[in-house]
Amino acid sequence: MNYLLRRLVTFPLVMLGVSILVFVAIRLVPGDSITAMLGTEAGLLTPDQRQALAAYFGLDQGWLVQYGKWLSGVTSGNLGLSVTYGKPVLDVILQRFPLTLELAVLSMLIAICCGLPLGVFAATRNGRGSDLGVRIFAMIGQSTPSFVIGLGIIYVLSAGFGILPSMGEYIPFAQDPLGNLSQLILPALTLGLSFTASVTRISRSAMLDVLSDDYVRTARSKGVSKRHVIWRHALPNALIPVVTLSGVEFGYLLGGAVLVEQIFALPGLGRMTLEAILQRDYALVQGAVLFVALNFMIVNLLVDLAYVMLDPRIRLGGRS
Amino acid sequence: MTLKIACKWLACAAVVGGLMGATATPSLAATLKMAWAQDATGLDPHKQTAFSSIRLLELIYEPLVRLDGDLKVVPALAKEWTFSSDAKTLTFKLDPAAKFHNGAAVTSADVKASFTRILDQATGAAARANYVSIARIDTPDDKTVVFNLSQPDVPLLTAMGSINAAIVPASEITGGKIGTAAVGTGPFKLEKWEPNQKEVLKANPEWAGGKVGVDGIDISVLPDENAILAALRAKQVDFALLNDPLVATLVPKVAGLTLNRKPVLSYHVLQLNPSRKPMTELAVRQAISCAIDRQDVLDTALLGEGQITGPLTMPLYRSDPNSLFCYKKDLEKAKKLMADAGFKDGFSATVIAATGEPPTAASEAQVIQSQLKEIGIKLDIKLMELNVYVDTWLKGDFDMAVALNGGRADPYTMYNRYWTKAGNLQKVANYVDDTLDDLMQKGRVETDITKRKEIFAAFDKHLAEKSPWIWLYTGYSYTAQQQTVQNFVATPDGSLFGLSKVSIK
Repeated sequence: MNYLLRRLVTFPLVMLGVSILVFVAIRLVPGDSITAMLGTEAGLLTPDQRQALAAYFGLDQGWLVQYGKWLSGVTSGNLGLSVTYGKPVLDVILQRFPLTLELAVLSMLIAICCGLPLGVFAATRNGRGSDLGVRIFAMIGQSTPSFVIGLGIIYVLSAGFGILPSMGEYIPFAQDPLGNLSQLILPALTLGLSFTASVTRISRSAMLDVLSDDYVRTARSKGVSKRHVIWRHALPNALIPVVTLSGVEFGYLLGGAVLVEQIFALPGLGRMTLEAILQRDYALVQGAVLFVALNFMIVNLLVDLAYVMLDPRIRLGGRS
Repeated sequence: MTLKIACKWLACAAVVGGLMGATATPSLAATLKMAWAQDATGLDPHKQTAFSSIRLLELIYEPLVRLDGDLKVVPALAKEWTFSSDAKTLTFKLDPAAKFHNGAAVTSADVKASFTRILDQATGAAARANYVSIARIDTPDDKTVVFNLSQPDVPLLTAMGSINAAIVPASEITGGKIGTAAVGTGPFKLEKWEPNQKEVLKANPEWAGGKVGVDGIDISVLPDENAILAALRAKQVDFALLNDPLVATLVPKVAGLTLNRKPVLSYHVLQLNPSRKPMTELAVRQAISCAIDRQDVLDTALLGEGQITGPLTMPLYRSDPNSLFCYKKDLEKAKKLMADAGFKDGFSATVIAATGEPPTAASEAQVIQSQLKEIGIKLDIKLMELNVYVDTWLKGDFDMAVALNGGRADPYTMYNRYWTKAGNLQKVANYVDDTLDDLMQKGRVETDITKRKEIFAAFDKHLAEKSPWIWLYTGYSYTAQQQTVQNFVATPDGSLFGLSKVSIK
């Protein structure tokens, strides 16, 4: 409980650090909202025109004043106004988040459902041909960029079968479950493939470690079936690194999978953040990064709590 | 157990069936399904200058006049117009049938309010520079507008054909709603805009320009052009705008798809910075011009998808490139010019290029790099994100820049920003030339078209000879469509206004 409280107390501090970093970083990049909107035509503006636009975009004040105003807004739940969307930043983020969350969950499900059995299978057949096959699959899956897989899938479907998932606008699951799945299954597979490869590799090596432990040999010598030993005795102990990896990957995915969202034209958080950076929509970039950081911290906390459930010997908070 | 397995198989079959059903929906008959990679960045027609924004806004708003497929000025909201003989008064008669999307008639007061807004510095309209000669606007009656100019300004009429001079309701200006609500007079009404996702346009049944050919247009933003091609293949999309020539050239290979190619006014150019040594030397600049094989750059970087051009790219004023200085690669002459300038062994310089804008920028820079190596110039290529590039470009902080600059239908409007002494982008061009300035001023006031052509031909030739920039070629604008889509007319300014007359068979 103490541990949980201590972790929760650090949240605002980390968020403050992240907010300062993103605020400064986005402003250090050359160009601003005016050049993003007008391109080279911005050079045609007179100084008075530029001043008027700077006031419109809130760029006419010093960094400290801008940051102070923004931070006081954030503490009261107002992340500012997106100049691209003309809406409150939080509204834009919350509109994009369901897709990103669903994509992350689907990818993780694919990865766990395929990667874990594959890893266990390979570990139990260490050194055999089937183990080599799994390792090669994992190597290919991890080293193939997601845009290659995504474009390959799109090409095969459109050129070979004349079909394609719906692109452009997100279809919520509650509105049309089949339409939603048809839209997200291919991007989830694209993302899930490299995620599966990672889970396969880590679960294989963790299982190999555990399978050589004494208690496994003891259980086998006592006549417990191989299958029972693997799934009930060894696997739970091999899950810690898998949970760690999955937590980190899931946290990353909650920030949006830019390339996959770009290829499949999915309006998720990643694409939104990329576009906000390109259009120098400062409030939206800051809000999105803060939101992603918060998600990441929450996922990490949940992963830490999951350790205790998986292995009662682990005591969080320093004493064991 | 058997029942469980059967249930599983049924569930799988249902999902797969649903997937196929959901994915194989063919295009609708009356609503045009369209895709583009870059979305509009705003709805204020006076502020938006990005190509992607203009393409959307010209379907919703209208200026007083517009340019047709041959870049001739034709009526839009104005039915007729007259220029006074001294080119200092321009009078428009408005179309009595013209109405805004809110049902209100278009009056001279709306025109006056729109131009007053454009000219107001607080608006921040970049195109204001094209209209600064307007000294006073009179509205003798509801349907007549008189622009009184501070000096003769022949290019003003063509400049008024831009969507940046769109007429908006005076009431919307007073209410501060421009940019948040899109109340235009154009062929389509904006029903929905989800930035970077989609737009829904509905045909305007009261459009003064006639009947619109489709019920509406659903535009999807598909950021990857390969995905756009795939969507065309799968018949999810009827019509698409393409930027990347490498993708566009694949369209004709797909059965059932048609590619529309139209030469455009925008030009690919290698901008030199004549304020930086050794580009300060005329001989060095000319040597670079002679060393570059424009056709080779075009063939290698753009798959030959373009035409070699001099500075003037509009059909009416375009000259034969072979008549311009060193448009045929001459390595011996280039080496001699370098030696004359004292750079026999060459020099090192940096060339900037934007990633993805145009899509071929990096390839162009690489080909130019290899060509200039032949005369000892060692080029270091610096690829930049577009916004960083624009910022650097506007400061004139480069040795050389690979650029794709926008063209205009009138030579004065196109180049006064760079090559007149008071040009807003003179700092980017970094080159002051009395002859160019003088020719520009003459062209601005000359009303006789034959004399105007002579003036700008001299301008074209002088600019190519002094080589502050090395003009390379113009490309094409590309749209791809299903064969069921009919009557689309492309224009050299890349306008999609032709969609107002499109129908689906």
